Amino acid sequence: MPVMTQKMTKVFERPRSLADIEFTYCPGCHHGLITRIIAQVIDELGIQERTVVVGPVGCSVFVYQWFRCDGIQSAHGRACAVATGIKRVNPDLIVFTYQGDGDLAAIGTAESIHAANRGENITVIFINNQIYGMTGGQMAPTTLIGQWATSCPDGRDAGLAGYPIRFSEMVAQLDAPVYVTRQSLYDQKRIMATSRAIKKAFQYQVECKGYSLVEILANCPTSWHMTPTQANKHIADVVTSVFPLGDLVDRG
Amino acid sequence: MRDKILIAGNDAIAEAGIRAGCRSYFGYPITPQNELLEYMSAHMPKAGGVFVQAESEIGAINMCYGASAAGARTMTSSSGPGMSLKLEGISYLAGSDLPCVIVNVARGGPGLGNIAPGQGDYFQATKGGGHGDYRMIVLAPATIPEATELTMLAFDLADKYRTPVLVLVDGVLGQMMEPVEFRDPVDPATLPPKPWALTGAQGRPPNIVTSFFLDPQELSELNLKRQDRYRRIVTQEVRYEEFETGDATIVIAAYGTVARIARTTVKLARNEGIKLGLLRPITLWPFPYAPLRALSNRVKVILTVEMSAGQMLEDVRLAVAERAETPFYGEMGGIVPTPRGILMEVKKYASYDAEDDQGF
Amino acid sequence: MEKSVILAGFGGQGVILAGKVLAQAGMDHGLEVTWFPSYGPEMRGGTANCTVVLSDEPVASPLADDPTALIAMNPPSLDKFESTVARGGTIVLNSSLIERPVMRADVKVVPIPMNEMAAKVGSDLVINMVALGAYIKATGITPLATVKTAMAQMLEKDGKGKFVPMNEQALEEGYNAV
Repeated sequence: MPVMTQKMTKVFERPRSLADIEFTYCPGCHHGLITRIIAQVIDELGIQERTVVVGPVGCSVFVYQWFRCDGIQSAHGRACAVATGIKRVNPDLIVFTYQGDGDLAAIGTAESIHAANRGENITVIFINNQIYGMTGGQMAPTTLIGQWATSCPDGRDAGLAGYPIRFSEMVAQLDAPVYVTRQSLYDQKRIMATSRAIKKAFQYQVECKGYSLVEILANCPTSWHMTPTQANKHIADVVTSVFPLGDLVDRG
Repeated sequence: MRDKILIAGNDAIAEAGIRAGCRSYFGYPITPQNELLEYMSAHMPKAGGVFVQAESEIGAINMCYGASAAGARTMTSSSGPGMSLKLEGISYLAGSDLPCVIVNVARGGPGLGNIAPGQGDYFQATKGGGHGDYRMIVLAPATIPEATELTMLAFDLADKYRTPVLVLVDGVLGQMMEPVEFRDPVDPATLPPKPWALTGAQGRPPNIVTSFFLDPQELSELNLKRQDRYRRIVTQEVRYEEFETGDATIVIAAYGTVARIARTTVKLARNEGIKLGLLRPITLWPFPYAPLRALSNRVKVILTVEMSAGQMLEDVRLAVAERAETPFYGEMGGIVPTPRGILMEVKKYASYDAEDDQGF
Repeated sequence: MEKSVILAGFGGQGVILAGKVLAQAGMDHGLEVTWFPSYGPEMRGGTANCTVVLSDEPVASPLADDPTALIAMNPPSLDKFESTVARGGTIVLNSSLIERPVMRADVKVVPIPMNEMAAKVGSDLVINMVALGAYIKATGITPLATVKTAMAQMLEKDGKGKFVPMNEQALEEGYNAV
């Protein structure tokens, strides 16, 4: 047999800013993908050495470990206040928070809204998977009406628990934010769009334009009791009808 | 000679913070500490620093957490109800070994209580308050000049031991005015570097600030290390003042505002031939157990006076055990004990020596 | 030597500022001083009072059970504090508003028609300086000139420098009325 000689070209590699540590996420979960996209963006913008990751409480509590960047863990819901403190005393740093729906839109509502309203020059990555994953699948502020969760065993009842909160729309009502967008990852096209949105949000911070919020409709195959494929289809068919995709504000 | 200025406690503490090289303050309005926040809003930007009026005390303390993690000297202030909200953040600061200076201008409680002076936050300040095994250095000035000294010291201690430090005053000290000669300001650029701070992972591995350790062994070891540090604080940082205790047969134990009022009581009592002294803890944690223990071997009564139901009293009793009587006189609800009010209590316990009196 | 004075009146009569001016003047005169206000909602409209302690050694208690003087600018202030004044102390009272006599026989009483005198100077707002002028004359605690300087400094710091002459005149009126 002839020996095959072929010049190898590297077409895909781990972003430099992504630490070589195994994720703690469940199989099929979107957190890993989002983390990778952020690392890629940090590489592309060349900001690894001045980025600080502000972690939440939730499934992504270890988010500061996944990046080769300085990182901090914050109390549940307080990430935007912590980010404010860091950014205000050292504006040269690129500061982003990574928060789930419980962290950002329930316990941390005040901190999240007011950081946005002050127009802090930070980037907020908001993972909306409509469930409390880490604690075992309880109802989130974004849980859909009728959606089952361990703390709404008959499905979310609006009369008892209100409606899924559209946090990005709330933030979009404010004057200060420069960029508010809702994205998803259910197919390749959306993944590319999400990458562009995250890059724009970081770019705006680099350019000192102000506050950005990137909401990402993410899955939770484990707590939704779906396969990853079913979960992606659920986002496309159901979740996006409650949480419409697209830019809400772009004042960049 | 430095300028002596007449200044209110809240203003003076704020000014002392700026002079300590603090360039970031995060706060939320609450009486009776509002002037501190207002002073910062006017003067911190002039000093090139950061002032943010936060959305809540929770927001403020977490901004401090971020600013401290980024390596800055940082400060917040509040009063009772706001202090309760800050406890979460204080536990995280302690758990992440972050320095921070917190000022409590204490008021009447519990609940919304009132805005009059109080000392009912002693337990909260010295026994934890927030969750987990942590301690916080607590400094309790009795005059405004001392409040400025201790506020500046608070920043040094916070950095030295990487721990939150509380300056505990009350509405009297916050609101009253007294002449102060400020120490020269510290240039923040001359402060020791903080290699652990989040400054960007440039030419070094990433720095991580966290209190989260899932591995019991790891968390246990970190806690043990922290406890070692606390033991060092206990050995090195106890501060207190004794006044007229040399020949005293009865001694008042009091801190802060009450201690300075009791100082007048000591003079009044001595005019009447009662050998009264005063022991004033300046650090409430670490608490001056040893000097109190020493006193208890030679005096008959140690009367604790507080604007509370008897909180520091428990530490006094720990120190004194059964070696002396340990009665208590307290006022609550914002009532401030007066020199003569305290004297009346003293007289209940003073072994009034009639012979000495007649000899006079 | 330790002197303590309670300045008390309606909110708006300026007792808080008068106390500050006295404390500042005492400090400028080389004394140790403290100034302690009643604070809170009663600042607005109700009664207000503050305590100033002046001493030649560091002040311990900023509060006084038995002040050596009382400046009572309205009837409730006299009612509230008359009994507390130390034996041999001084009560400077606003005879424009206080009609009843002082019951105490063991204190020096200095009645001053403060409202009329302030009106004569040109404004009810300077009633506090009339009171303060009378008090320093009656007690000799600190020279008039020092008080004038302290008052001028405080008003100028608050951007109210244009009111200095009128306040000076009020201090003099009160001072000379004793």
